[in-house]
Amino acid sequence: MFNIPFFPTEASTTASRIDLLFFALMGIIMLFTALIFVGVIFFSIRYRRGSRASRKGATSENLKLELAWTIIPLCITMGIFIWASKLYFDMHVPPKNAMDVYVVGKQWMWYIQHPEGNREINTLHVPLGKPVRLIMTSQDVIHDFFIPAFRVKQDVIPGRYTTEWFQATKLGEYHLFCAQYCGTGHAQMVGKVIVMQPWEYEQWLAGKSSGVTMSSSGEQLFTQFGCVTCHRSDNTGRGPTLVGLFGKKVLLQTGQTVVADMDYIRESILDPRAKVVATYQPIMPTFKSQIDQAQLMQLIEYVKSLGGSQSASKGNKK
Amino acid sequence: MSTSGSENHTNYLNDGYGVKSWLLTTDHKRIAILYMISITLFFMIGGFFALVIRLTLLSPNGTLVSADTYNKMFTMHGVTMIFFFLIPSIPAVLGNFLVPMMIGARDLAFPKLNLLSWYIYVLGGIFTLSAMVLGGVDTGWTFYTPLSSGYSHTNVVPTVIGVFIVGFSSILTGLNFIVTIHKMRAPGLTWFRLPLFIWAHYATSVIQVLGTPVIAVTLALVGFERITGVGIFDPNIGGDPILFQHLFWFYSHPAVYIMVLPSMGIVSEVVTCFSQRKLFGYRQMAFASMAIAVFGFLVWGHHMFVSGQSVYAGMAFSALSFLVAIPSAVKVFNWTATLYKGTIRFNTPMLYAFGFIGLFTIGGLTGIVLATLPVDVHVHDTYFVIAHFHYIMVGGAVMGYMAGLHFWWPKITGKLYPEGLAKFSALTLFVGFNLTFFPQFILGYLGMPRRYHIYPPEFQVLNVLSTAGASILGLGYIIPFFYFMWSLRKGKVAGNNPWNAKGLEWLTTSPPPTFNFDKTPVVTEEAYAYPEEDLVGG
Amino acid sequence: MDNEQLTHETRSFVAHQFDDLEQQKEAGTLGMWAFLATEILFFGGMFMAYLVYRFSYPQVFAAASQYMDVVLGGVNTGVLLVSSLTMALAVHAAQEGNRKQIITFLIITMIFGAIFLVIKGVEYHHKFVEHLVPGYNFQYEGAEPGKSEIYFILYFVMTGFHALHLIIGIVVLTVIAIMTARGRFTKEYYTPVEISGLYWHFIDIVWIFLYPLLYLIHVHK
Repeated sequence: MFNIPFFPTEASTTASRIDLLFFALMGIIMLFTALIFVGVIFFSIRYRRGSRASRKGATSENLKLELAWTIIPLCITMGIFIWASKLYFDMHVPPKNAMDVYVVGKQWMWYIQHPEGNREINTLHVPLGKPVRLIMTSQDVIHDFFIPAFRVKQDVIPGRYTTEWFQATKLGEYHLFCAQYCGTGHAQMVGKVIVMQPWEYEQWLAGKSSGVTMSSSGEQLFTQFGCVTCHRSDNTGRGPTLVGLFGKKVLLQTGQTVVADMDYIRESILDPRAKVVATYQPIMPTFKSQIDQAQLMQLIEYVKSLGGSQSASKGNKK
Repeated sequence: MSTSGSENHTNYLNDGYGVKSWLLTTDHKRIAILYMISITLFFMIGGFFALVIRLTLLSPNGTLVSADTYNKMFTMHGVTMIFFFLIPSIPAVLGNFLVPMMIGARDLAFPKLNLLSWYIYVLGGIFTLSAMVLGGVDTGWTFYTPLSSGYSHTNVVPTVIGVFIVGFSSILTGLNFIVTIHKMRAPGLTWFRLPLFIWAHYATSVIQVLGTPVIAVTLALVGFERITGVGIFDPNIGGDPILFQHLFWFYSHPAVYIMVLPSMGIVSEVVTCFSQRKLFGYRQMAFASMAIAVFGFLVWGHHMFVSGQSVYAGMAFSALSFLVAIPSAVKVFNWTATLYKGTIRFNTPMLYAFGFIGLFTIGGLTGIVLATLPVDVHVHDTYFVIAHFHYIMVGGAVMGYMAGLHFWWPKITGKLYPEGLAKFSALTLFVGFNLTFFPQFILGYLGMPRRYHIYPPEFQVLNVLSTAGASILGLGYIIPFFYFMWSLRKGKVAGNNPWNAKGLEWLTTSPPPTFNFDKTPVVTEEAYAYPEEDLVGG
Repeated sequence: MDNEQLTHETRSFVAHQFDDLEQQKEAGTLGMWAFLATEILFFGGMFMAYLVYRFSYPQVFAAASQYMDVVLGGVNTGVLLVSSLTMALAVHAAQEGNRKQIITFLIITMIFGAIFLVIKGVEYHHKFVEHLVPGYNFQYEGAEPGKSEIYFILYFVMTGFHALHLIIGIVVLTVIAIMTARGRFTKEYYTPVEISGLYWHFIDIVWIFLYPLLYLIHVHK
């Protein structure tokens, strides 16, 4: 009860960088607050009515002073802006070797799948010291995946994929919060993030695994929904082959090209006639009502496993 | 000063007594009083919701009310406080009363439109209140789609209709001010002789006229989506819920300046009067008001740094948000410099003005923290944000409103309030406010998300502190309510100019006559022309 | 009419808050411009939404716009343009102080406004029959019904708000016509006629944008 925390744990590589910037800001804030408070208090005492302090030479215009207190704060804020932008940019580019974990938010729980096939609810196991990229989407309203100890937060939005990445630096259990208000159970949409030693994590993966990886689940769906009848491993099917597709540029009927990223594959499954590949007919039916978000992610993981450009899969669209 | 004390002079208050003489009045001063009564009512309703929120958060298990009730409480707290109290507070009450008087006009340019705006406000209020009575609404005051458009089971439609309607009241007020300030200034009252209060209201009006229609149409689209079941923000048919946020914040960020700019105007009036000193850097202050209004329209994206908008959009909005901080900083520096070599009195309005300067400084500087992209990622949607905007809206806007109310109360009613008690309650407010909201900065950085009715137990101590502060804060609001009421009957007669203030409104009697001035005043000097003499020191 | 009588007559038009007629005229005109600024932003929000989706789904919008009746829309554009002309003529008549002409032109303007609404109603009816009303009976034959529905929502919301403005415009002109009949305007003071004209022209201009953006996308392609 009396163990009041005043500062959150720093448990990721970004956390300390953000905190440093935050402390710098706090320094500036305290400096300016002190300046104003001291100024106001000192002047009001010294020049209170009836005080003997001289009022000679009082002016109400001083261009130099005005320029000074316009330009100095401007320079300070622009300095912060540059520092901040650099860090923000880094926070959006996951390292090349980041491992992917898939997250689906729904009212009011987090559903998490590891590519190895492990599934968990409201808990995320991650290895220490390895960059992890979360690929997230929502099944209903907007949620937000917030881990205070890692200083990461990203809205989880229906109809598209968003990502966030972190690299844990400290073993332990940390809070996981939904930070975007999502209705009745918003405050219960919480969980924990467990940082383990890499070897413990491997053990956990092996121990809890159903033995079926995400891509093999995806492959099963691929057969089950009959995708395989048109999308063959060579170009003989009625649909284009998906081998080596991921992350490559695709020429469309309209003459435009798009990169076959996660969003593109998702759209092509749900809304097949939106972007039809050149020389193919728009004959594919939609799978919107038959497939859920988790299965979509398995299919994407399967398409990824068929090869393609890995760099494109890591390069964030942003 | 010679006419002071005459109880019998005809003024706007004794010019007709019937209910009809009030409800059909076109006198800007009476309409201001009508607004004052209505917004006070909404303030009490919003305050009640705040009370339930703070009481619930006393315990980490949220046992006082259910999750749904709690969600409705903070939603309705936000909706009432923002759309029905803060936005109309200063413009529709003090602005309505003082804008014509300060520029030497007999009334606003369109008195009937002014009355219409009050009726529109009441109509919007009825819709929103009935939505609350019929079971409330739980989308958050931000009405984010698709939660508001497709998933909430509460009274979203009547609420957004209410907010849609009340927007037009705000538009009409702004339109009236713009025309009045442009066309109805007294002879000799040039733009750069206008009091800062007028500049502030001019800047505010521009935002009201240009911003409000956007949120109106946005909420209309949400209402459409709820009624028909399909809409342009619906991701299931390819709609973009993020577009809603862009349109929403295009108004709702500048709306913050609708709340705080008029307060800044009040502080300029109060600080000069109680320093008996010309405002330092008058022109810079006027330009700063306009700069805030203009830049305020370009920074909405800083509410969306974690929404998945592009990194480059984030950077642009961040840079612009830093820029909008500069004119605010300039204002604070100029107020401080105005005190230098002044002759300072510590009357109640001045205490509130000091409170404003201090709290707005903290609120503004923590705004810098939020404009800083990576740090915002961490504190976004946490109590840090809650603390920040309460420092701006309560510490800034409401403190300014209280300063103005105390400053012009003698003019509005012709009566003085008990000064000692007023000072005590100003102090109570300041202490209570800081105790309520300062712990929330810490809570926010620790990671406590907003809109949680249950929370991890380690956050309890800070929450209890905050609730304790809120009870002191509540007291600070209740005391003025009673002594203002008391002063109406028993207060000392104020006289025309009890503070020895400059400005046209102080030239006429208190309370003012129906047409404000017996003779249109002619202005020959700049604003705040307090005598620049060495009063004591020599 | 001699000068003294004129001054007397003019004075009675000045509301208590104004010093003179000149101030009252200027205030009225500025007030209307400020109101039109509000209106621009009101439609601006919808145009913004339109642009976002138009650029996201250009093909879908082009395809969906083929369901629009270009001819009826074109006729309506003509109707509104002519109504703008008659409105301008009403203002001109007000300048001349010709009461009868003001009323005549105002009525013609309103009739054109009503014709526009009738044609718009016919178009809405077609959409209803063709099952193209979003949220009510939407059944779209072409590709990508979802995104096309967004087009039709925007179509109905934008033209709906436009029609609402037109209805308000007709009410306003009715009031102005009655005021004219009662002799409330003179050669010296006819600002209400003038600013109602501004409002009417604004409604026309909005349509000038709506017509190509909604009806002519595929023609443009």
